[in-house]
Amino acid sequence: MSSPTHTEGGALGVETLGMTMRFGAFTALDAVSIRFAPGRVHALLGENGAGKSTLVKCMMGFYHATSGQMLVDRREARIADPRDAHALGLGMVYQHFTLVPSLTAAENLVIARKDAPRVIDWRAENARLEAFMARMPFAVPLDQPVRALSAGEKQKLEILKQLYLGRRFLILDEPTSVLTPDEADEVLGHVRALCEAGTITVLMITHKFREVTAYADDVSVLRRGRLVGGGRVADLSHGEMARLMMGDARLAEPAPRAGETGAPVLEVESVRARDRSGLKEIAIDALTVRAGEIVGVAGISGNGQMELMEVLTGQRPQLAGEIRVKGAPYGATREEARVKCVRYLPEEPLHNACAPRMSVTENIGFRSFDLNGSGTRFWLSGAEMRRRAADLVAEFKVKAASLDAPIAALSGGNVQRAVLARELTGEVDLLVISNPCFGLDFTAVAEIRARIMAARNAGAAVLLMSEDLDEIIELADRVLVMSEGRIAYDRPAAETDRAEIGRHMGGHA
Amino acid sequence: MMEGDLGLWAIPLAILGGAIRVSTPFLFVSLGELLTERSGRINLGLEGTLVFGAMSGYAVAYLTGSAWTGVLAAAAAGSVFGLVHGVLCSLPRVNDIAIGIALMLLGMGLAFYFGKPFIQPVAPDLPAIPLGWWAESPQVQASLRVNVLFLIGIVAAVALWWMFRATRVGLLIRVVGDSTDAARAMGLRPAVIRTLATAAGGAFAGVGGAYLSLFYPGSWNEGISSGQGLMAVALVIFARWNPIACFWAAILFGGAGALGPALQSVGVSEGYYLFYAAPYVLTLALLIATSSPTRAMTGAPGELSITK
Repeated sequence: MSSPTHTEGGALGVETLGMTMRFGAFTALDAVSIRFAPGRVHALLGENGAGKSTLVKCMMGFYHATSGQMLVDRREARIADPRDAHALGLGMVYQHFTLVPSLTAAENLVIARKDAPRVIDWRAENARLEAFMARMPFAVPLDQPVRALSAGEKQKLEILKQLYLGRRFLILDEPTSVLTPDEADEVLGHVRALCEAGTITVLMITHKFREVTAYADDVSVLRRGRLVGGGRVADLSHGEMARLMMGDARLAEPAPRAGETGAPVLEVESVRARDRSGLKEIAIDALTVRAGEIVGVAGISGNGQMELMEVLTGQRPQLAGEIRVKGAPYGATREEARVKCVRYLPEEPLHNACAPRMSVTENIGFRSFDLNGSGTRFWLSGAEMRRRAADLVAEFKVKAASLDAPIAALSGGNVQRAVLARELTGEVDLLVISNPCFGLDFTAVAEIRARIMAARNAGAAVLLMSEDLDEIIELADRVLVMSEGRIAYDRPAAETDRAEIGRHMGGHA
Repeated sequence: MMEGDLGLWAIPLAILGGAIRVSTPFLFVSLGELLTERSGRINLGLEGTLVFGAMSGYAVAYLTGSAWTGVLAAAAAGSVFGLVHGVLCSLPRVNDIAIGIALMLLGMGLAFYFGKPFIQPVAPDLPAIPLGWWAESPQVQASLRVNVLFLIGIVAAVALWWMFRATRVGLLIRVVGDSTDAARAMGLRPAVIRTLATAAGGAFAGVGGAYLSLFYPGSWNEGISSGQGLMAVALVIFARWNPIACFWAAILFGGAGALGPALQSVGVSEGYYLFYAAPYVLTLALLIATSSPTRAMTGAPGELSITK
């Protein structure tokens, strides 16, 4: 039986020559030629829809390029499907984890192997896995179900899996999007060390300039399917990279802060609730958000932010404590939310704030369809709903083929804009937001942040939960950190910094 | 008199014997359902498969004179039903629950249609092992007559448990059951694996049906099943998708099912029929007791449509 290879041959050089991909009349990739030199970290930058994922999917054989060639180790390679790519030593770590949650790390590794034995002798396999781990720069507990691992451990395991499978050219698709800054530094540091040792070559898709500068040797920038620039990272500044990525498009400027902080709007007092597993508890002793301020809640995902959000939106029963809005107890019913002007933008709005198969018009009308002036109505007015939806879609620049199309057909950024349009229209006194920019591109991110800031300046109290520390630092007036279901840190934004917040996120403070 | 000697001991003894007798179809159907669900699909049609298995097993046993040939025929018929379910569910936008209900009705309808000529004839029985040979009491002996299929069921439960842990097939089934994305990224074809798992699950249910018609109660008629195929779904959830736990759950359900007849046999003449409802009440009670509106179910395969 062949045992898994891992350093045979070492890092692989790959080159694309005039790679072109057309979907009907749309050219997603236009004659892109990039050389990925062996043993180097090559960053691929670009906005959403710039063709980054089309390029790597062509390289991995998920798509068949309309024209163009690929050289692997300076020889022409025909890659008809991902199996061919794997056989050549090309591997990819996807943005979303592809580990099987209920299997242990060891089971995940062994079953991923092409030559996984029919009957698995766990004693021998475990011994071999331990020998493999001993050669690796980082380790992951092997006997735990993947479900129980942290995001950083999962990402490390994904990379270990590729090495275990003997891959010598690794594509990492936004490898740090779910990691804390410390975890990101650790993982990328190890990746870089593996490249320097000549074990692998890495192609890293990313949005984050900081990571490009710190960990990549070369960079290529795509815009609208074309290779618009690149070179050695050392020769390029962040400004130049941003200009290459954005072209002439201009980012919405963050609105300046204005207005005074007012009276408390949201008060949470000794609230307790079960967490998702039902085994642990989240406990918020005191949390106050005042009018005209943004309170940012940082934290690694899974530390109770989602549960807090669900308690505030009424999705999760609270075991004890009290939530008050404008001084009166708040039970998160639709009626209360309307009277108190409380609005929500939960994470994954398609699932948490929309009925995916209902139309854009209907989804935008959720807060208002049964209102008629200050009273309620029994018969709906289709014409009014359409008019309202058309106005909001235009105002918030939602790109929808048709207002009658199901909202699930919209791209992530447009769903986000549509929900934001619904939630920010009318009087808003309290806005509760969770990860509003997850997975969105530059332009959409800048625009959504500007709108949140505008709501704050107009006097709304904003509670912003985000796993993106940059977002918290940019927007928040006050920074909180949630760790293990509790608020572990609370400071005005002016008196804190990245490193300090990061330490509390990791629970090392 | 032996009867007098046993006294009240007759009730637990009858329940134990009944549990072993009644639990076998539960065990097979639930193992079949478990196999299907671990691959990420739910097959509600196993009730139909069970009834059709009972009919085809009985018919083939009668025609060939061999009970074991009947069991094999029932397994084959069951796997055909599973295969149909699996293939239909592999088509785009087809719902496994709706297909399951349709196949349940189809299976029962076909079984009644083809089974008419076999209601009168007597087919050979499956052999049983008299584990109570040491006892003098005929009641003890009767209770401990254990059918070979029961023992095969125990072996199958342990084998499934081992398969999910230490074989490639078992791990692949868990992979497709837990994450379609991961399976695709691995280059697997989830629909094919699920279809085969459903077919194998159907074979288990068919064998469960053959037990009904060839051993206990031991004849073919239209009322042969009392919902074992449907209760197996609840049983799998209660067993948290663990084959060994499935065995104990089947024993528990079998015991509950034996409560009514046991009371009747010791001469309780009133109200015993209420205890015939015990398995159904138990199903409801267990599902309520083990459910939670806020907690995710542990052990549930991630791709299962009912727990998503």
